[in-house]
Parts: sequence; C-alpha cells; structure tokens
Amino acid sequence: MTLTTTKSVYWKGVRDGAPFIFVVAPFALLFGVVATEAGLNVWEALAFSVVVIAGAAQFTAIQLMQENAPTIIVLASALAVNLRMAMYSASLTPHLGATPLWQRALAAYMMVDQSYACSILAYEQNQRWTPAQKMAFYFGAVTPVIPVWYAMTVAGALIGSSMPAGLALDFAVPITFIAMIAPALRTLAHQAAAVASVVLALSFAFVPFNLGLIIAGIGGMMVGAQVELWMNRRAQA
Amino acid sequence: MTDPIIAKGTLWTVIILLGLGSFALRFVFLGLIGNRPMPDWLMRHLRYTAVAVLPGLVAPLVVWPNATGGVLDLPRLAAALTTLALGYYTKNVLIAIFGGAGVLYLLLYLLG
Repeated sequence: MTLTTTKSVYWKGVRDGAPFIFVVAPFALLFGVVATEAGLNVWEALAFSVVVIAGAAQFTAIQLMQENAPTIIVLASALAVNLRMAMYSASLTPHLGATPLWQRALAAYMMVDQSYACSILAYEQNQRWTPAQKMAFYFGAVTPVIPVWYAMTVAGALIGSSMPAGLALDFAVPITFIAMIAPALRTLAHQAAAVASVVLALSFAFVPFNLGLIIAGIGGMMVGAQVELWMNRRAQA
Repeated sequence: MTDPIIAKGTLWTVIILLGLGSFALRFVFLGLIGNRPMPDWLMRHLRYTAVAVLPGLVAPLVVWPNATGGVLDLPRLAAALTTLALGYYTKNVLIAIFGGAGVLYLLLYLLG
C-alpha cells in the first residue's frame, strides 16, 4: 500500500513539474546561446549546465568572465546569486531531513528554483505525506526538468549566434521568475516580503558582487517574518 | 567591446569550483542537519525565502533591462506587470508566462 502510494506521489510530482519544462527550456536554450557567444564550445556549455545546474549563477559567471573579472570575483558573485539555494535547503530540511543521506545528496544536486517552489507548495497542501513520499514527489518534480536543462543547453549552443535578436530572449528570465512569484503572494506577509525585496534590490543595486541581492533577500525575509508576527498578534487581540 | 575569448584554464576553474560551491550551498542544511528540529524564528524567516529572493533578482532586470542598455522600456515593463497580474489572479504559471510574452511581442511589434 505504502509502495503504491509513494509511486503515485512520484507521478503526481512528474505531473506538477512538467509545466516547468516551458520555463526551463528557454532559459537553458538562452544559456547555450550566450555561452557560445562568449566563446565556449558545445561540450563546455554542457559541462557548465551539468556541473552547476543554476541558470542565474551560470549567466552571472559567463558575463563576468567576459569582462575579464578576477576568478575569485566570478566565483563569489555567482555563489552569492546561489545563496538562495542554502535557504531552500534549510526550508526543505523539515520535510526531507529523515530520508537516507544518498537521497538528500541527490536532491541537493538537483535543487533548482522550480523543483523547490513546486515541492514546498505540495508539502503545504499535503501535510500527511511521509518523508519518503515527500522525497518521491521531489524526484518526480525534477524528472521532467533536469534532462530538458541539459538538452536545451546543447541545442542553444548548437544554434549559437544565429538566433535573431528580435526574439527578446533576454526577457525570458524575468517573465518566468515573475510568473513563479505571483501565485505565492497569498498573504500580507508574503506580499510585504516581496515588496521589501524589490525596494532593497533596486536601492542597493550599486553594491558590487551581487551583494545587493543578498541584502534584499535577507531584508525581505525579515519583513515577512515581522509582518507574520504582527498578523498573529492582531488575530489574537 | 570586451574580448569574448575566455581562457580555458579560467573557464574550467570556474565550472568546477562553482559546481562544488553550489552543491555545498544546496547540501548544507539538508545533508548536515538532517532530521534535527530547527528553531521557530528560523522557520518563520525561511517561509519567505522564495518571495524575498526572487523579486530582488527580477526587479533590476525589469527596471534596467540589459537588452536596452539599462534604459526602462515600455514593452518589457508592461510584460512584467501583465505577468504579475495574471499570475496573481489566475494562480497559473503558464497562463502568466504566455500572457506576459504575448504582451511583450505585441508591444515590440507595434513600437518596433
């Protein structure tokens, strides 16, 4: 019984994760194109996507390497963009912490914005799932996404610089991220956190090495937590 | 213009170290803390990770798009606001993406 349920949860994950193919594909395609324009060959672009699997960090690293930034700055900036993964890791821990270490290591390798967002949402809606079922959902959610990430990087690198500029592919990234955030703005605390993040990111955009984003992230979390406490106090009063 | 050629040694150093660093960030809590309970104040902050980080990542890309050399641009701003409104009211990621992309292409076509 548990086995079939776990299996059906895996397939629910696959179904819930499948729409993100349309999110990840243009992103990976764009990375392949950008990498080729920066002088990488197909294998180097693919290696980048397989080893790192983090679009925003990969774009950051390529951009800074093209500007001949020191390697330490390239790494620090790209890892700063990826700091949110540590926050995802922490927020998944109460759900997945009881599963075997090798599964957690695999889950960590495949952690991307889409698999995180989709899994946390499903865990909130299905609080009675066991840790094994939650892990099955997670693996289901990444199953359609990760192979597309690799394949479309290769496709982008092969198409290379022959992409017409009129496609405005630069805006694929903002649109997909906004579409993911908008449905999550369901309470005043979530909305306050998002507004604080936008204001802080724009105000601290001058801070080098992407540290403005870290300030925005930490500030947004603090605002969200404080508004939640305030809402709780008001509800009790 | 910058020289587009990236030294191979630098490239592979960045790929390998960025890969190891990214894995470490993803593994740190999930792998090392495991099943131990975490304090309330930490969990209360972590609930807002996604909505605190991603808007900050997106906002500068909307207000100062790279493609226009950092100048605020009506098609991109309208596309971003359409995506936000559709995503908020429909709760459907794909409707939001295709609606936003539709507005972007329409305005780029009309104004281009």
